[in-house]
Amino acid sequence: ECPGTSSAQAGRAAACQGCPNQRLCAAGGAAADPAEAAALRERLRGVRHTVLVLSGKGGVGKSTFSALLASGLAADEAKQVALLDIDICGPSIPKMMGLEGEQVHQSGSGWSPVYVEENLGVMSVGFLLSSPDDAVIWRGPKKNGLIKQFLRDVDWGEVDYLIVDTPPGTSDEHLSIVQYLGAAHIDGAVIVTTPQEVSLQDVRKEINFCHKVKLPIIGVVENMSGFICPKCKNESQIFPPTTGGAEKMCQNLNISLLGKVPLDPQIGRSCDKGQSFFSEAPESPAISSYRSIIQRIQEYCDQHQFQEEKII
Amino acid sequence: LFSFLPERGNLAGVRHILLVLSGKGGVGKSTISTELALSLRHSGKKVGILDVDLCGPSIPRMFRVQDNDVHQCDSGWVPVFVDQDKSISLMSIGFLLEKPDDAVVWRGPKKNALIKQFVADVAWGDLDFLIVDTPPGTSDEHISTVEALRPYKPLGAILVTTPQAVAVGDVRRELTFCKKTGLRVLGIVENMSGFVCPHCSECTNIFSKGGGEELAKHAGVPFLGCVPLDPQLSQSLEEGRDFIREFPKSTAFPALAHIAQQILDGTSQPSS
Repeated sequence: ECPGTSSAQAGRAAACQGCPNQRLCAAGGAAADPAEAAALRERLRGVRHTVLVLSGKGGVGKSTFSALLASGLAADEAKQVALLDIDICGPSIPKMMGLEGEQVHQSGSGWSPVYVEENLGVMSVGFLLSSPDDAVIWRGPKKNGLIKQFLRDVDWGEVDYLIVDTPPGTSDEHLSIVQYLGAAHIDGAVIVTTPQEVSLQDVRKEINFCHKVKLPIIGVVENMSGFICPKCKNESQIFPPTTGGAEKMCQNLNISLLGKVPLDPQIGRSCDKGQSFFSEAPESPAISSYRSIIQRIQEYCDQHQFQEEKII
Repeated sequence: LFSFLPERGNLAGVRHILLVLSGKGGVGKSTISTELALSLRHSGKKVGILDVDLCGPSIPRMFRVQDNDVHQCDSGWVPVFVDQDKSISLMSIGFLLEKPDDAVVWRGPKKNALIKQFVADVAWGDLDFLIVDTPPGTSDEHISTVEALRPYKPLGAILVTTPQAVAVGDVRRELTFCKKTGLRVLGIVENMSGFVCPHCSECTNIFSKGGGEELAKHAGVPFLGCVPLDPQLSQSLEEGRDFIREFPKSTAFPALAHIAQQILDGTSQPSS
């Protein structure tokens, strides 16, 4: 019986002998080295909650959402928030947070995150590139290595929320982050989609991935959910929910729908300028959607913690 | 295994190969690949589409063939024909999945192996164009696809972006990828460029405007045009309909037809 290509036993189980993929499975896997796992656990000891932002589909607003989630949580100055961007080929977070051109500094205790505010630190491969034209043309293993470094070598300190922004898909980056963070703890994943079936069909795969790797799903966010014309105020469904949108999918799969966010040109504009959408467009209908979603995520994390404390 | 050039194997009958790339996800690569194929078909061309997005294969649904299976023949896989005339054929991992919601959770090496097979082992027959749709990024799929296609001298790549800076920022890196891998850039398409309200005709630049055109100028590559946001286009893609045939009066039609025409014009130039 095949143990599964993403299993820690991939390529190594008795059943793998003679399988044409055996060598590939064994070579690709970032099997848990106990010493490494211990080092990661130690480094992430100060992180209370970790949330992964995922989507099977590209361009649905993962980075936008991650940036807003991090900023929203950091609005409470008593909370320490960290935003880790593991999109190695297309790192959008530095631009969105107004940190383009910043570089990473080393200290005695490791790499220093780049701080937007005192209580909001960011790390991305974008900070390691010297020009906006630099391409990171790496195969999987090298990407995995950098992700491991981000977790092992960045001195995050004491953090209430670690938000991890991911690229689209279900591949190296996703397997690696789940494997490496498994040494510590992940509260769960927020899955971002847009309403149309072309997105949902990829998102169902991502949900399938979460089940395979036993990653809890906090819920789904439906972005670009309708557009209100600023002139005539009529609503258009630019990305039509032909199969019922995220709502129907969540019902079918018994997953929480955290909220729907409408299309607002000011969102993209703020991201391009690297400014907080919350401060740039406080009157936007999207603001209340985001705030309510963020609150639900916080509640989920708090409940989680409470349950853990009960066990202890 | 696949490196013997003289007869070119399964790609022997393919006249022009072009890739559709973007550093950025969700900008419309699969959409542009699909509409380009439909436009070329309407100009009387035979077109194949190779979908090398292994994690998020979108093309089958865009032609309403998501439930089809693939069959083997002596020379390899038989691509799926999307129409009676057999003028558009398609290969995608979507056809190889047991269940449509199954995630393909593969690391690089396994993806690379399948891509090599997709390039060499699909019995395309005679095609005027083979369009290769890719996932976003500059990683395994892209490196492997370009390497596997190199002996067959692809025509080049179309890069798709949306207008805003965050997207353009990633597409700049894709341009570098093309330079480093020796892939000619046929041009840049600025997709989702403005939305005309169907109720009052007001145009709103939801994802900003102009970034793709500026990038083309800055990088010294052709600008193939702006395609506006069009709910009729989104709807067609959802339902697997032929947008080019069914919605010629739609706002996105002229731009999409123009892109196809520029590709055709490019291939009718005498090659140097």
